[in-house]
Amino acid sequence: MAEHAAPAITREEVAHLAHLARIDLTDAELDHLAPQLAVILESVASVSKVAADDIPPTSHAVPLTNVFRPDEVQPGLTAEEALAGAPEAEEQRFRVPRILGEEA
Amino acid sequence: MAELIQRSALELADAIARGETTSVEVTQAHLDRIAAVDEAVHAFLHVDADGALRAAREADERRSAGQPASALDGVPVAVKDVLATKGMPTTCGSRILQGWMPPYDATVVARLRAAGLPILGKTNMDEFAMGSSTEHSAYGPTHNPWDLERIPGGSGGGSSAAVAAYEAPLAIGTDTGGSIRQPAAVTGTIGVKPTYGGVSRYGLVALASSLDQAGPCTRTVADAAALHEIIGGHDPRDSTSIDRPLPALREAVANADLSGVRVGVVKELGGEGYQTGVRARFDEAVKLVTDAGAEVVEVSCPHFEYGLGAYYLILPSEASSNLAKFDAMRYGLRVLPDDVDSPSAEQVMTATREAGFGDEVKRRIILGTYALSSGYYDAYYGQAQKVRTLISRDFETAFAQVDVLVSPTAPTTAFRIGEKLDDPLAMYLNDIATIPANLAGVPGISVPSGLADEDGLPAGLQVLAPATADDRLYRVGAVVESLLEAQWGGPLLAQAPELGGRR
Amino acid sequence: MTLTTELMPFEEAMARFDPVLGLEVHVELNTASKMFCGCPTAFGAEPNTQVCPVCLGLPGALPVVNGAAVEAAVRIGLALNCQIAPWCRFARKNYFYPDMPKNFQTSQYDEPIAFDGWTEVDVDGEPFRVEIERAHMEEDTGKSLHVGGSTGRIHGADYSLLDYNRAGVPLIEIVTKPIEGTGARAPQVARAYVAHLRELLLSLGVSDVRMEQGSLRCDVNLSLRPDPGAPFGTRSETKNVNSLRSVERAVRFEVSRQAAVLAADGHVVQETRHWHEDTGETTPGRSKEQAEDYRYFPEPDLVPIAPPREWVEELRAGLPEPPREHRARLQAQWGLSDLDMRDVVGAGALPLVEQTVDAGAPPQAAKKWWLSELARRANERGVELTELPITPAQVAEVQALVDAGRVNDKLARQVIEGVLAGEGTPEEVVSARGLEVVSDDSALGAAVDRAIEANPDVAQKIRDGKVAAAGALIGAVMKEMRGQADAARVRELIIDRLS
Repeated sequence: MAEHAAPAITREEVAHLAHLARIDLTDAELDHLAPQLAVILESVASVSKVAADDIPPTSHAVPLTNVFRPDEVQPGLTAEEALAGAPEAEEQRFRVPRILGEEA
Repeated sequence: MAELIQRSALELADAIARGETTSVEVTQAHLDRIAAVDEAVHAFLHVDADGALRAAREADERRSAGQPASALDGVPVAVKDVLATKGMPTTCGSRILQGWMPPYDATVVARLRAAGLPILGKTNMDEFAMGSSTEHSAYGPTHNPWDLERIPGGSGGGSSAAVAAYEAPLAIGTDTGGSIRQPAAVTGTIGVKPTYGGVSRYGLVALASSLDQAGPCTRTVADAAALHEIIGGHDPRDSTSIDRPLPALREAVANADLSGVRVGVVKELGGEGYQTGVRARFDEAVKLVTDAGAEVVEVSCPHFEYGLGAYYLILPSEASSNLAKFDAMRYGLRVLPDDVDSPSAEQVMTATREAGFGDEVKRRIILGTYALSSGYYDAYYGQAQKVRTLISRDFETAFAQVDVLVSPTAPTTAFRIGEKLDDPLAMYLNDIATIPANLAGVPGISVPSGLADEDGLPAGLQVLAPATADDRLYRVGAVVESLLEAQWGGPLLAQAPELGGRR
Repeated sequence: MTLTTELMPFEEAMARFDPVLGLEVHVELNTASKMFCGCPTAFGAEPNTQVCPVCLGLPGALPVVNGAAVEAAVRIGLALNCQIAPWCRFARKNYFYPDMPKNFQTSQYDEPIAFDGWTEVDVDGEPFRVEIERAHMEEDTGKSLHVGGSTGRIHGADYSLLDYNRAGVPLIEIVTKPIEGTGARAPQVARAYVAHLRELLLSLGVSDVRMEQGSLRCDVNLSLRPDPGAPFGTRSETKNVNSLRSVERAVRFEVSRQAAVLAADGHVVQETRHWHEDTGETTPGRSKEQAEDYRYFPEPDLVPIAPPREWVEELRAGLPEPPREHRARLQAQWGLSDLDMRDVVGAGALPLVEQTVDAGAPPQAAKKWWLSELARRANERGVELTELPITPAQVAEVQALVDAGRVNDKLARQVIEGVLAGEGTPEEVVSARGLEVVSDDSALGAAVDRAIEANPDVAQKIRDGKVAAAGALIGAVMKEMRGQADAARVRELIIDRLS
């Protein structure tokens, strides 16, 4: 079996993906994840060649369509229940650290 | 009292109905058993003795009034920790949800409560259902009651082990790529993955939304049918749930008979990569089935070999999105980054997810993020969904020739704890026979096929049926069960070593 | 702190460049419940009291589509002359932001429910056709309060407080194709399009389209090119444009800004900018090192939507008349001139005038109140007509008071002033301030007598036939009555006594 013949995934790419996924991977994790992922990707690479263009994708086993609910109000949670698990709450709202916003 | 725990759920229901025992007595017996063995087995992450006994008392009151809530009213059950239980922690085997108490019940849980089943507690699992051994639980592995140094299978090892160790007569598991069936196989118990959409996913913390299903973990096929009937059926809160009544499952067990049934042995699920003893027990079971009047042929499902690849693209992709909600803002773990004076929300998110997710989860999230990212979607996720179509067509073609398909449930018996941890790919291979059913959405059952000669450990036989034909699983599974038990002189579990107190 | 931005005068910019516009409008639907769950959508509730596991994004929760929202989406698409997709799906737009409980938004990506439409907008009396790219369904986010900074905005805040009541409210996003050929009228076209959409959506009854409340939000895209034949330039996207006036001003500003950049041989940066109502400027958003990759994929928790053709045709048949026909009909009914009608439409006041007429006021009166008195007051306060704290029904009430002779025009203005000041309904204001005209003839007559006595020369002129001189006497009576008299009646009484 050729060594890393198919999609090589670099440490930089893994770091970029970690940022997209909001996980602060350690250096050690970045080191060992890239080769692990490369091996997995190689083994799944066969998937990209097997299906011809005219094969439609399936996302659901049982083909349901048009599942709707009527526009009616249903009881939900109380504010207390909603906030019960909150790491921090204030004035009946979820308190979160400063958000790096859209504005400069 | 000790003998109570060895009965099946339906036997217990019957005993309660006849007044031979009470739900409180039965529930207490199981709580005692948990206290005696769970330190060694570690099937449970949380035990709710008070809640269970309270429910048991209510069940007894209903029985006295002659108004049982269901066929299993008063028979206790354990629930995999991936299902939301109001007032009981739901951790999904992860640190990131340590101590999280959902403010609502999953539909499956609500149906169990409405049917009167006392909930003993929540069972251990691979973190966020990612795994085949329960070694990826943040709270320590579960140990296989057959050999405590071995894995009980995964991701639902806790549910199957609980049932195998007589800690519960019933358990609920979830199956995304085999997580009910494979643990059943390696613990000598029964596990069923219903047709996708057959059991509500509302309250089932999502791993791969298009693959996940909750189902029964039991010691008998009849028990599984009874439990399946209680939890299954349409749920308006789940848009993907099937809007059709379940077929008559208990009836299928009662009328189980193989004459005229056409059985297909899947060529691609067997052979190389499958342990000798596993294959041997499977072949013998197939012969028994033939002798019992079934028409057995070999069928080929040529695209099954791409199943693993498609699965390990689809699952991580959907999971990477499903797990984004764990960000320390509204519930769950919040970790502040070291050495940062006034961390931003983003910094808290990334620090929390780094600390709160285990290795396997991180691996799959990164993989899924990759597969969905622009430039790669078509080649990976997009293509994988096409492979699903090919696999579904393989099933369609096969089911045009036969009524059910059979295969060994898993390629090996239970391996040692720690044996496959460093090799993710080797771990993924455990699901090779179970994955196709999830990709196509068809139902499957695993029943014990016997003990492998080389290690004396259990193996399973898998039966697969067309979508919505779950009754066929029970019909065929019940016959296989009775044929094999006749050979063994009793259930396979009776051959398991004694588990009592500390190891 | 804003950097001083170089600006080229608008007229010069338009002489040198050709603008291309793109408008993205988000509409909050007025359904009773949210897009994917049964929580109420009503505005103004206590924080986090209109939430459930689904819209809070709790682990295990699942969405279920609100059928009424789908119907509204289809009707909006039909009203915009769009194709309605025979089959479409929802998709997940994945990104992290604390106001989004799942850290993905359930939206539509490459399969919008409506696409390829058009609508004709009235710009200063001239029709202008705007091509519509798509209209699709999505869900709104929660609301954040930024605490600790000086302005209540994100920048400099210490922390934020999240309220998820709004999370999951149904949104329809309407996107135009690039709008070309406006020339220097780009600001007016943009404004007219948004005003037109508001009218359309109000006539469909799918939203209360109140920009100041956020139920209609507009993002303005603008690029410049040397001439109409050239390829499109780089565009900027401006958010936080919360009123019709802001739409117009934001376009003007971006034209001026980008023209200055290009004229100095610079490159326009493709970026998201933020409109500031107070300074009348746009400022750049936080620069992102990499473009956001939303990793769209079809929403696996939902099944496809396939609107049956007969149902779509039924909805089409049930659509209210298109704005053009609607306006023409109203104009005919009301007997307004083209110019008058143009003024009403141009002021964005058509729905208000229509509602006032529906409440019983004569059309000319309704028009007069909204376009002069109320427009003036709106200007003074720096708000849109719709933001004034007076309803069309109340305006009709005021006119009814005039028609009944209980107040005159001048007093009516004071009534309006009182309503705007929050003193109550028109009737309550009349009462509290004592504004009713005196209609008691004997009281009036007594005042007239006093005026005649005090101004004998004027009285003599009137006796001699110079009726016009009555004005001075009327003035005196009105002064004594503090304006609370019907001037016409006073005149009658004067003439009566002196003939």
